[in-house]
Amino acid sequence: MSLRLALRRQARVWAPAMFLVVLALAGCARDYPQTTLAPKGDFGRIVDHVFMTTFWWATAVFVLVEGALLYAIVKFRARPGAPEPEQTHGNTTVEIIWTIIPAAILAMIAVPTVKAIFQTAKEPGPEALQVEVIGHQWWWEFRYPALNIVTADELHVPVGQTVNLRMTTVDVIHSFWLPTFAGKRDVFPKRFNNIWFKADTTGVFSGQCAEFCGVEHGRMAFRVVSETPEEFQAWSTRQQMGSPLIGGGMVPDTTVATALAAATGDSLAQVDSILARGKAAFMSGGCIGCHAMVGTPMAGQTALIGPNLSHVGSRHTIAAGTLPMSDENLARWLHNPDAVKPGVLMKLPRPLTDDEVTALVAYLRLHQ
Amino acid sequence: MATSALDHAPAHAHEKSGLWSWITTVDHKRIGILYGASAFIFFLLGGLEALLIRVQLANPEQHVVSPETYNQLFTMHGTTMIFLGVMPLSAMFFNYLIPIMIGARDVAFPRLNAMSYWVFLAGGLLLNASWLVHAAPDQGWFGYANLTERQYSPGPNVDFWIVGLQVLGIASLAAAVNFFVTIINLRTKGMRLMRMPMFVWMSLVTQVLLLLAFPVITVALVMLMMDRNFGTHFFIPAGGGDPILWQHLFWVFGHPEVYILILPAFGIVSEILPVFSRKPLFGYAAMVFSGCFIAFLGFGVWSHHMFSTGMGPFADTFFSLMTMLIAIPTGVKIFNWIGTIWGGRLEFKTPMLFALGFIAMFIIGGLSGVMHSSPPADLQQTDTYFVVAHFHYVLFGGSIFALTAGAYYWFPKMSGRMLDEGLGKVHFWLMMLGFNLTFFPMHFLGLNGMPRRVYTYPADLNFGFWNMMETVGAFVLMVSLLVFIYNLLRSVRHGVVAPADPWGGATLEWAIPSPPQEWNFAEIPEVSGRDPLWEWERARGGKLPEPQRVSGKGIHLPNPSYWPIVTAIGILVFFTGFIVGFPYVNIAGVLVTFIGIYSWAFEPA
Repeated sequence: MSLRLALRRQARVWAPAMFLVVLALAGCARDYPQTTLAPKGDFGRIVDHVFMTTFWWATAVFVLVEGALLYAIVKFRARPGAPEPEQTHGNTTVEIIWTIIPAAILAMIAVPTVKAIFQTAKEPGPEALQVEVIGHQWWWEFRYPALNIVTADELHVPVGQTVNLRMTTVDVIHSFWLPTFAGKRDVFPKRFNNIWFKADTTGVFSGQCAEFCGVEHGRMAFRVVSETPEEFQAWSTRQQMGSPLIGGGMVPDTTVATALAAATGDSLAQVDSILARGKAAFMSGGCIGCHAMVGTPMAGQTALIGPNLSHVGSRHTIAAGTLPMSDENLARWLHNPDAVKPGVLMKLPRPLTDDEVTALVAYLRLHQ
Repeated sequence: MATSALDHAPAHAHEKSGLWSWITTVDHKRIGILYGASAFIFFLLGGLEALLIRVQLANPEQHVVSPETYNQLFTMHGTTMIFLGVMPLSAMFFNYLIPIMIGARDVAFPRLNAMSYWVFLAGGLLLNASWLVHAAPDQGWFGYANLTERQYSPGPNVDFWIVGLQVLGIASLAAAVNFFVTIINLRTKGMRLMRMPMFVWMSLVTQVLLLLAFPVITVALVMLMMDRNFGTHFFIPAGGGDPILWQHLFWVFGHPEVYILILPAFGIVSEILPVFSRKPLFGYAAMVFSGCFIAFLGFGVWSHHMFSTGMGPFADTFFSLMTMLIAIPTGVKIFNWIGTIWGGRLEFKTPMLFALGFIAMFIIGGLSGVMHSSPPADLQQTDTYFVVAHFHYVLFGGSIFALTAGAYYWFPKMSGRMLDEGLGKVHFWLMMLGFNLTFFPMHFLGLNGMPRRVYTYPADLNFGFWNMMETVGAFVLMVSLLVFIYNLLRSVRHGVVAPADPWGGATLEWAIPSPPQEWNFAEIPEVSGRDPLWEWERARGGKLPEPQRVSGKGIHLPNPSYWPIVTAIGILVFFTGFIVGFPYVNIAGVLVTFIGIYSWAFEPA
């Protein structure tokens, strides 16, 4: 057979393999904000180390075994006039060898695996920041018991401090997935699960629910904001104002207005007018039935069906990562939540008027 | 060409024809064909569901289908492919081949066999009837409680799923008993267990898995049905129940189920590789024992589906190590397949291409499986597209490639005509391309943060490019299937007439005419080794003469019967009662079932 023909046959065999390699290279080249491959916390690094160990062993085995298969396919293809092959039935020595080698490779994976299992199962010490994570269809609630904070869809953490998440759900099973810092852990009703991590980079990172939990499972994301201890301190001080865990959420109206005016730089009169119109719409539009909100009679509630909105204006997204926070998006959402997130449990008792939506957008955005 | 093919049209194997003869048949070959045809249609339906999924995900933030419909699509895609696609396609080969391969004239219980088929069909139709009332199951094929409880899934969607699976479970269990008894008791003279073709061995192991795994899901489904309909709270935490219990029960069934889907594929490939390498299977005994070992270990790894539930380090370690252990017998199988072709004289006919493609793809699926056997790594990978990639490399790259190899290999035996080789090769290369383009990028997407079972994803996560590629791949796969369908439809009428032994096979099915006569063997053969035909050829010093079609006078065959289908209808009616919630329907179903079984028992054989 001519060399060229042989090469062409080789190419036919190798083409799919090369195709896969090219795909693999291209796959790593893009920038993925929710990737698991660039951990930015200690838990995530332990996981990544185990994964990379198995990945390289698997790659080696892949190359060797697929290589042997392709070699056999090319080498032993039928040639015209070739004799009947030797009728071998097996070879005990060879078979023992290729039982032992995989066992040895698996041991190389098993040892770091077991080590990592016990490392990640360690309970963090008392210096860790405790956060309670509560899954809801289809949003996440975060509570900081020591800081008396209740918030939703956005988890703020200080870099350099271990955070221990104590997690449960009020309805069905969800899974809290934090690709950048840790991994995922399922949450069960009437049961607490935990996972911990220590962020080592500041920034805003996304995560989302990973266990199918009903019609809007795909829209149950959250953000993790990891910030310097000073920024975290400032954030928690703001969040404490009107928190249901402090004095039943009751704050004198003047305090709210003064604080918001100071935070936004608007005049007190402007702030007062936004608050008055917004609060009226909040009450008459029915929002109050499901949402705790600073400055309203329901400010102290912690068992309502919707997320606490006391500082909703400071969050990056609307409706658990469904839309980026902006006036237009908020208005879109308030006009018809079901059009943005079909099946969402937020049911407006009646459609809001344009004026009400405008008032509510200004009101909600004001609450940083 | 066409004329000459018509001139040599095979003498019709079945003297009886017509719809009624198919409804009342108890011939394992005809039941096999019924299984194959029905399962292939369900498989195409599952493929259509997959295409819709791919269209919805092609671009970020799309709303081609509603989230509700999307959830129905992925639930029905998974349920259909597993219970109505791969399992009954394997059952086609069990039915058609096991009796012939062991030198028998039929299965041990022919009418039970017919009933299994009709009950399977009833279950498949019942499950899909849910589409007609806009209530297709939408809770995932794993049906995790407490989402499936009445409070969170008030509609009949979950009820369709529960009763559909119960009906299918009856069919699987009845068939498993039948094939187990057939293989143990009906082997011909000289067919010792360690001489059985590897396909029969792997089928035997599969029947054992079915017998042990299906009762678990049956019980779990009964408990769920009681929770939903009769006020129990097995899985309701507010009543002291535990949704994690469902996960354990489901995966005690669900993991062996994976081996129920793949072991027949192992068997098929182990038949094809030796024939096209002109050399016996390498390490027969190791292949048998590794299959048994995989099945045994398969019952001790279920919790690797639950690493993210937080079972604690000791349980994690146990299930992790058990899972890694399974890689050893699986590796032995792959090495022995390579050992089989090593030193052979390989002929790349279409069945061989698919069998080799199976090995190449299954290796990838196996290796990604080892990657998530490590619980810490699995905390990132579980419920992402990485897992979707993994099990499609196992179930599509594995099972579907092997079943397709089997279809090309045994089609001549079943139909008396060859499938077209040229179209077969086009089918293979398109499927290889489409399959890898669809599923390989899912590895990157999963590792880069794309979870499963989401109906859309935000544009800024950058998942769009690979999702679009995957959708293109899915359409390439669709084209490859259209080529296959065209090949099937054309070849069944106009294909080259097949001799008894078109490939130079080694097992007993190649010793009888294509298609076989109703009684399989005019004279029951006696074997003295693992590759009887090759031994007979060697003893004779050349090819065996073409077997003649004979009149079956004096050969006793079981009579056709319509009681199996009556019984199946009774079972269908009984279970439908749980969906309509009208107890008289259940009672009517019991009566019909009772009449069916009673009449069948007193019918002369």
